[in-house]
This record gives sequence, structure tokens and C-alpha cells, in this order.
Amino acid sequence: MVTKLIILLVIVLGVVAAAQLMRLYELSAKMRKEGEHDISRRDNRLNAGLMLAFMIVLFGGFIWLMVQYGWVGRGEAASVHGHELDWLLNLNFVIVIAVFFLCNFLLFFYAWKYVKKPGVPAYYFPHDNKLEMVWTVIPAIVLAVIIIFGLRSWNSVTDQAPDDAVVVELFSKQFDWTARYSGEDNKLGKFDYKLTEDAKNELALMTTESIQEAIDSMQMGLKGIDNLESQLNDRHIMLTPEDRDAKRKDLGNKEKLIRLLHQMKAKHDSKIDKQALDDFIVKDTLYLCKGQEYEFNFRSKDVIHSAYFPHFRAQMNTVPGQTTRFKFTPDKTTTEMRESRGVENFNYVLYCNKICGGSHYKMKMIIVVLEKDAYDAWAAVKMNGVKNADGTYATVPAIFDAIQHPEKYPTAAPAAPEDPSEGETEEAEGGEAVEPVEPEVAALEPENAE
Amino acid sequence: MAAVAHDAHGHHDDHGHHEESFVSKYIFSQDHKMISKQFLMTAVFMGVVAMLLSILFRIQLAWPGESSDFLSFFLGDQWAPGGVLSEDMYLGLVTIHGTIMVFFLLTGGLSGTFSNLLIPYQLGARDMASGFLNMLSYWFFFISSGLMFISLFIETGPAMAGWTIYPPLSALPQAISGSGLGMTLWLASMTIFIASSLIGSLNYIVTVLNLRTKGMSMTRMPLTIWAFFVTAILGVLSFPVLLSAALLLMMDRLAGTSFYLSDIIVQGEMLTNHGGSPILYQHLFWFLGHPEVYIVLLPALGLSSEVISTNARKPIFGYRAMIGSILAIGFLSFIVWAHHMFVTGMNPFLGSVFVFTTLLIAIPSAVKVFNYITTLWKGSIVFTPAMLFAIGLVSTFITGGVTGIILADAALDITTHDTYFVVAHFHVVMGLSAVFGMFAGVYHWFPKMYGKMMNKKLGYMHFWITIVGAYGVFFPMHFVGLAGAPRRYYDYSVYGDNDIDSYTQMMDLNVIITVFAIIAALGQLLFLFNFFYSIFRGPASPQNPWKSNTLEWTTPVEHIHGNWPGELPTVHRWPYDYSKPGAEEDFIPQTVPLAEGEEEH
Ligand code: HEM
Ligand SMILES: [Cu+2]
Ligand SMILES: [Cu+2]
Repeated sequence: MVTKLIILLVIVLGVVAAAQLMRLYELSAKMRKEGEHDISRRDNRLNAGLMLAFMIVLFGGFIWLMVQYGWVGRGEAASVHGHELDWLLNLNFVIVIAVFFLCNFLLFFYAWKYVKKPGVPAYYFPHDNKLEMVWTVIPAIVLAVIIIFGLRSWNSVTDQAPDDAVVVELFSKQFDWTARYSGEDNKLGKFDYKLTEDAKNELALMTTESIQEAIDSMQMGLKGIDNLESQLNDRHIMLTPEDRDAKRKDLGNKEKLIRLLHQMKAKHDSKIDKQALDDFIVKDTLYLCKGQEYEFNFRSKDVIHSAYFPHFRAQMNTVPGQTTRFKFTPDKTTTEMRESRGVENFNYVLYCNKICGGSHYKMKMIIVVLEKDAYDAWAAVKMNGVKNADGTYATVPAIFDAIQHPEKYPTAAPAAPEDPSEGETEEAEGGEAVEPVEPEVAALEPENAE
Repeated sequence: MAAVAHDAHGHHDDHGHHEESFVSKYIFSQDHKMISKQFLMTAVFMGVVAMLLSILFRIQLAWPGESSDFLSFFLGDQWAPGGVLSEDMYLGLVTIHGTIMVFFLLTGGLSGTFSNLLIPYQLGARDMASGFLNMLSYWFFFISSGLMFISLFIETGPAMAGWTIYPPLSALPQAISGSGLGMTLWLASMTIFIASSLIGSLNYIVTVLNLRTKGMSMTRMPLTIWAFFVTAILGVLSFPVLLSAALLLMMDRLAGTSFYLSDIIVQGEMLTNHGGSPILYQHLFWFLGHPEVYIVLLPALGLSSEVISTNARKPIFGYRAMIGSILAIGFLSFIVWAHHMFVTGMNPFLGSVFVFTTLLIAIPSAVKVFNYITTLWKGSIVFTPAMLFAIGLVSTFITGGVTGIILADAALDITTHDTYFVVAHFHVVMGLSAVFGMFAGVYHWFPKMYGKMMNKKLGYMHFWITIVGAYGVFFPMHFVGLAGAPRRYYDYSVYGDNDIDSYTQMMDLNVIITVFAIIAALGQLLFLFNFFYSIFRGPASPQNPWKSNTLEWTTPVEHIHGNWPGELPTVHRWPYDYSKPGAEEDFIPQTVPLAEGEEEH
């Protein structure tokens, strides 16, 4: 309180002092018989000089920034199309920077040069059709070049992926990413958001079983329809009016949803179950294979996010209610990139780049690009798990089926049901939490590793 | 005298009695000059608020997580516990900052002030076509400003979904606290704002078409009027689309419809909405949103055309080409909106079309720049504070314009979209240019508005601090973006763990940016002081302080109803006869008849 008062006092005094200074200035201006609209020669020359000085500072600052940081602060590209885009960016920057220098130079230079001089009138020059033609046509030509090169890259980058591209789904929600690999058949299983069950079926995959389970839990689960109805009808339970309203609304929604689930069940063809069953799900770290083209499909559970891969020069929004796509081919492993950058703990990262809530900025996923051997070994473990001699699993297969029914896979050691390879990567390099570059496939299947 | 003045305009015959009540003169005034001042005052207030908000969140960006007394002073314990800005409020501040700057300062404030002031003055009209609608337009603007301001102080915080308020984030209170009451207030405020803008724009259009004085053909109108005229048309065509976007959003929020929502689970709650598309909202929003940037920019360009020509003592170069570019920009601005949506998953072919149309806009923009530069060439430049700001505008328009070429290239936008490169681009090209244009306007027409002169020395200092500060903020910001920094991030430390190079670049520059932002903000105190001091105690202004040709300078310094005491002036020439060979003085007002044998330009 006291500080606020003091601050207020200082402000008031400051204003009063400034007003006094102004009076002084005005008195002296009056003595010189100079009004505020008379711009003296001195004023003109001063500002003209400052124009030139400012131009030099502006250009100097720009050059300093360029030298210091360049226009490739993201570092070199790590994907095939990324190199092409960087080339295009360079081309554009060269053109643009030339225009920037030229136009700003002319502007400030003329402002300096043609400051009012006594006895030199301005040159009456209202228009000149030839000149105007020239500077309409020249930008048009330059822009045509930019458009042609730009669209060529745009078309190739956004084109359909070839059939041999590996399909991976990236699923976004507040505030993390989940990856689903399409498994052996390279086909992502179908999904429907109504099948979402937080622990068991986060990605809402559609199988005969998951539909049934969703129906059951919506009907009979803890917050299911049966329970809601009995709570609403039980006179012994005291509910505040708000509670009651909320429960009624919840019940109404669930009744609507369960009808749709029953329809889904009736239409479902169990033959497509296996498309979903061989998919496997990975959190925290996205493993990719160098030189392999990937077709990414994007989904969102709640609001719009954006899958932003600065190092791979790729970005695509994830939109609830629809699937978006983007393709790219990583062409540098994490290890190679670390070496070429000379940064030991460098990692590729997938960021979220569409405002999505308070923790938007924390929503990221590490990406690790591996050589083919290491990648294949990792994927095999993911798909099939690793068996001990006695037939129990050292690592359970992280396939969809396993998430729903871990009991099918007797394990010797109490393995984390979700994603066993994660735990092991932690030990990889000095127990750092995020150090996933070499998943310890070597330990599991030595013959596959270098 | 007075009686003669009003013969032509029946609705003005109440001027005879000059004792107006305080309320009808200063509050519910229907006089364009007073309404213009009301717009300016409100805009200055909102501008100061928005600037303060930007300083608050810039502190967090430069020194993430460090406790600051400044933050706790303004935000208190709820939003800055322990002097550290909260994550949610960070987004709230960014959102309201952007909203106020774009809509309240640079749309309502800029157009409202100068269209109102100059359209009747420069056309030789007694007032706007409808004084009553004009008053209504201001009061709607006032109410909407009030609502937006109040939304900063509510329990759940202001809208937090960014100034573009994309659903579903903006539709679901479960997703972020600002999407509760704060978003409702935002939508209410913007709805009223749109009403204000529409009423105002219709009035401007009608006035320009119908109330030009004798001799004022369309091709003798100053470029300011052309700019306001096209701006008003853009507003009338595009704001209703924003209104529909807002109404549909309101329905999704309140009435359970599914225009923008489909298959959503938020905070564990499974919603039943199905079939809507959040992308639909983006199309509707940007159908306004892109013309909006020209609604912001064109008036600034119009003002600076006038200021540059007057103070270079030279006709604006290529008057007809300038009109042509304004029209071309206006038209093209309606067919480029999807360049904001290249990475929403829209059809790539559609993307190509928008690349093409967007890059087309660069041509009329380039023509404007070259024409400004040629106007300076061989001029006899007088550096009034207004002239400095107008030159500043041309510089920022160049610097911001060229980066637009990169963003318009869809292939390059893949990696620059929603990064700080975009933030830098639009601040320079739209924010700075429009703000500079607005300052140029204020310094130039202050004598006309208040009958007093502003202090030129303070004006010079204000300009130089502002342009250094402004470039100091936004130039490095491009490089933050090129290092990959996404926008609307609360803390870039997240980069530190995995990408130390980019991280260092971002953090170093963020400190520089914030320091310049603080300098620039302090520089604005010079303006505020000069402005308010001069209103009350500035030296009296002569009738035509800048030796200008346009009609407003033929009115008396003292404001009177109906603007001209006698007959309305008759126009004989275009407004840019500066330094015409053979003339005695270096300016020939539009009211001077052509001399014997003199050619019109
Ligand atoms: C003191 C001067 C200013 C500073 C330091 C400043 C700084 C910033 C920063 C850092 C952001 C956040 C960008 C992000 O995270 O996405 C921002 C957003 C924004 N600013 Fe400014 N700004 C200033 C003046 C202006 C002006 C004059 C305008 C007028 C066009 C403006 C319009 C916006 C808009 C539209 C946004 C986007 C808000 C959003 O993301 O929802 N700003 N500003
Ligand atoms: Cu996100
Ligand atoms: Cu746009």
C-alpha cells in the first residue's frame, strides 16, 4: 500500500515537473518567435541526419543478426524434403533481403538528401506512366519466379505418399502425444471416439471386443447409465440441484451415445479387427527409421493441436473430428545429427504449435531416428515381445490386444504393462530421463544390433 | 452569416442557437469532430492498456519463472502468484493484447477517429450523412471497449484462446478457464463492436458518395478519403461474416449445437457433438481476418499519403496508380484468406490457388511503396513529427511486406506457420505501419482537432525512440521464429533440454526484445504527456499550419457546427498541387480556381 502511494506520488511529481519544463520551453520559443509549426532549418537538418544514421543502425543491426544467427536457426534439415525447402527458403531470402535493402536505402537516403534547402523548390513530378509500368512489371516477374518454385515444392511435399510408406498415427490431446504404428499389415485399425476408455483403449480402436466393452462400461460401469439412473431415482441420496442437473445431463448424453454404440456393434465386421490388433502404441518417444518414408495421420481428442517437427521441416494441424496427414522421410539419425551439430544431448522433438490450453508449451514428444537394423529390432520387440526360455515374457508385446488383456501374456518379471522398452532406455546413458537414442535392443536381441 | 451557411442543409438549422448543453456537446454529440475526438480518446486508453499487457507478458518471456514485483503489482496473487505470471493468464494477456490492438486501437480507433474527422472536412460537407448513426457508432464502440476491458478482471480470467479464438478451445470451458465467462464477454463485446463498425462504415460510404461539395469529383478526392472509402466497403462486406462466425460459436457454447464441434472428449467428458468442423470457423474468421489487416492498414496508408505529399512539398507520385492499388488491394484482400490455413489439412490444390492470389497482392503493395519513394525524390522535405512517422510507416511497410512473401509461399509456411516469424511479420507490416500512420495522423491533424499545436521537440524524441524501440523489438523476433520458436508459448525453456542451439538463440534474443519493448513503451509517455498537455495548454494553432491544400484547412480554427461559416467551398483542382511551376507559393489550395491557361495536373 505504502509503496503504491509512493509510486503514485512520484508519477504526479514527474508530470508536474515535466509541465514546468514545457512552460520554460514555450517561453523561450515565444522569444524566438518560432511556432510549433515552423520547422527550422536546424530541425530539418537534424532529422535528415538522423534518417541516415538510423538507416545505418538498421542495416548494421540486421547484418549483425544475420552474422550471429543466420536464417537457419533451426539447424540443418533432417528430412529429404527439408533440404529442398531450405533451398527454397534461401532463394526467397536472397530476393527478399535485396528488396529490403534497396527500398529502405532509397527511402532513407532520399529523406536525407532532399531535405528542404532554402531556394531549392521541389520538382513537380505528378506521374510518369513508363516508370510506373516498369515497377509493376518487375515485381510481377520476380513473383512469378517465386510462385513457380514455391508451388513445385508445395505439390511434391503435399502429394500422396507411395504405398510403401510406413503409416503411423499421431494422436494428440491436452497435453501430450501418442503414436500408433500400423503394425505388420501397415494399416491403421479403425477407431471411433465413443470407444475411448482411458486406461484400456485410449485411442478408441474399434474391435468387436472393444465395442462390447464400451457398451458394457457405459451401461454398467461406475459412472454408467444404470448407476446414474439409480442415483437419480433413489430418494435416500441427497443431491444438490446442480448435481442433479449435471447427472441428468450426463445420463441424457450417455443414452444417446449408447444407442450409437449399439448401432456400431450391429454394423461392425469382425474381419477388420486384426487391422487394429496388430497396431502398437508408443508414448513419450517416437522411433523412426532413417531413409524410410512415413505417412503420418493426425488425430485430436479434444482441441486443435499442431504437430510441429522443426527439424524435419514438417507441420500439420490435428483437428478433432477429422484426420489430417503429412509425409516425410527422415534422412539423418539422431546420432548423426548429434555429431554434425556437436551437441551431445541433442534430440529431435515434436512440439505442439497450436494454442491448446495452459500447458500448450509443454506438449512435446522426443523423436529418435535410428539406423534400419536398430529400428527393425526395436519394432520387432514392440510387435512380438520377447520370450524367456520358459515361455513367459521378458517384454510383453505392446500391441493393442496386450493393453486390454495383459493377463494373456504371463511375464516372469513384473513388467510395466504399457511400454516396457521405455524403462530400459532410461538406463541407457547415465540414467537420464530423456535419453532414448539407443533403445536397448542390443540387450534383448543381440544378433540384431551392430 | 450563420443563416446563409445552412440554407442547403435543412437538417442543420438548429445551429442558430449555440448554447448547447454539456451533454449534447461533449457526450451524446452528433458532430463528427467531437465524435472523432471521442474515438481517439477511447483508442488512446485502450492502446495504453494493450501495451501494458504486452510488457507484462514480455517480462515472463525474457525472464521465465523469475519473480517480478511489476507483475504482482498489476496482477495480484491470483494471476501472478509469488510474482510469477500464471500459465493461463499468460495466454489471457496475449489474447486481449492482440484483440485490443487489432480491433479497438487500429480498427475502431484509427478509422473511427480519422474517417470521422476527415471525410466531412476533406469533402466539404457540413457533417456525416447521419449524425445520429455516427453517435450510435461511437457509443457501441464505447460499450464494447468497456466490456473487453472488464473481462480482464473477472474471476475465471479473460478469453485465452488467442485473438483468433479458434474453437474447440474457445468453445469448451473445460479446456481452459478463459473459455468460460471471459469468452462470453469477448463474444458479446465483439458483437457490439461489429455493430458499431457496420453503422460507422455505412455512414462513411454514404457520405463519400453523396456529400461531396461542388467540384469534388471522385478523382479529386484526397487519397485519405479513397482509403477510408475502400476500408469502409471492406468492413461492410467482411464484418458480417465475423459476426456469423461469432454467433455460431455462441450457439455451440450456449445452445448445444455442433457447428464447430465433432467427436470430442475433454477432461474425461465425452461430448455428443458430431459432424461439425472447427475448420469452418477458420474459414469464416479469416474471411474477415484478412480484409481486416487491410482495414487496419489502408487508412494508415491514406493518412501518410497526405502527410508525405504535404511535407515533401510535392504532388503524390502516381495519384491514379495509388487509387488503383487501393482498389486492387481491397479486391484481392477478399480472395486470399486461406493463406492462414495452409497447414490445417486443407486440399493442397486449394492451397496453391491461395498462394497465387496472395502473392498477387504484393504487386499493388510494391507500387505503393515505389510511389512513396518517388514522392520523396527531389522533394523539399520538411520534417514535421507527422512526416517522420509517415516515413517510418513506409519503412515498416517495406520491411514487413517482404517477409510476407515468404509466408505466402505455402511450402515455406509449413515450417514458419505459427512461429515467431509470423508474429514478427504481422507486427511490422500491420502493427507498426498502422501505429505509425496513426501517430502521423494525430500529429498532423491535432491542430485541426483541438485548435492547438503539439510540441515538435517532444514529437521528434517520441518518433526516434519509437522507431528504434519498434525495430529493436520486432527485428530480432524474426530470428526467434527462424530458430523454430512456436508462438503462444509461455516458456521457451522447454527447448533447453533437447536443442541447446535454438534455445540459446531464443533466450538471448528474448531478453533483447523485452528491453527494447520497455524502452519503446516508456517512449510513449512522451507522447501521452505531449498530447494531453497540448490539449489544455498548447500554443494556439494557425489556420493552415502545414500549408496544405485540402479543404479542412479552410475551416476556422474554432470548431463550429457545419464546419464552414459561410457557403461550402467549391473545389477547382486536385489536392496535390504542391510546388507547381508558375505558382507563387509552393501550395495551391483546392479552392483556388485554375489560373488562365493552367492545366489541371
Ligand atoms: C509494445 C509493442 C508490442 C509488443 C512488445 C508486442 C508483443 C507481442 C508478443 C510478444 C505477442 C505474442 C505472440 C505470440 O505468442 O503469439 C504479441 C501478440 C500479438 N500482438 Fe503484439 N506487441 C506490441 C504491439 C502490437 C501492436 C501495435 C499490434 C497491432 C497490430 C499488436 C498485435 C498483436 C496481435 C494481433 C497479437 C496476436 C495475439 C494472439 O496471438 O492472439 N501488437 N504481441
Ligand atoms: Cu497442443
Ligand atoms: Cu491474411
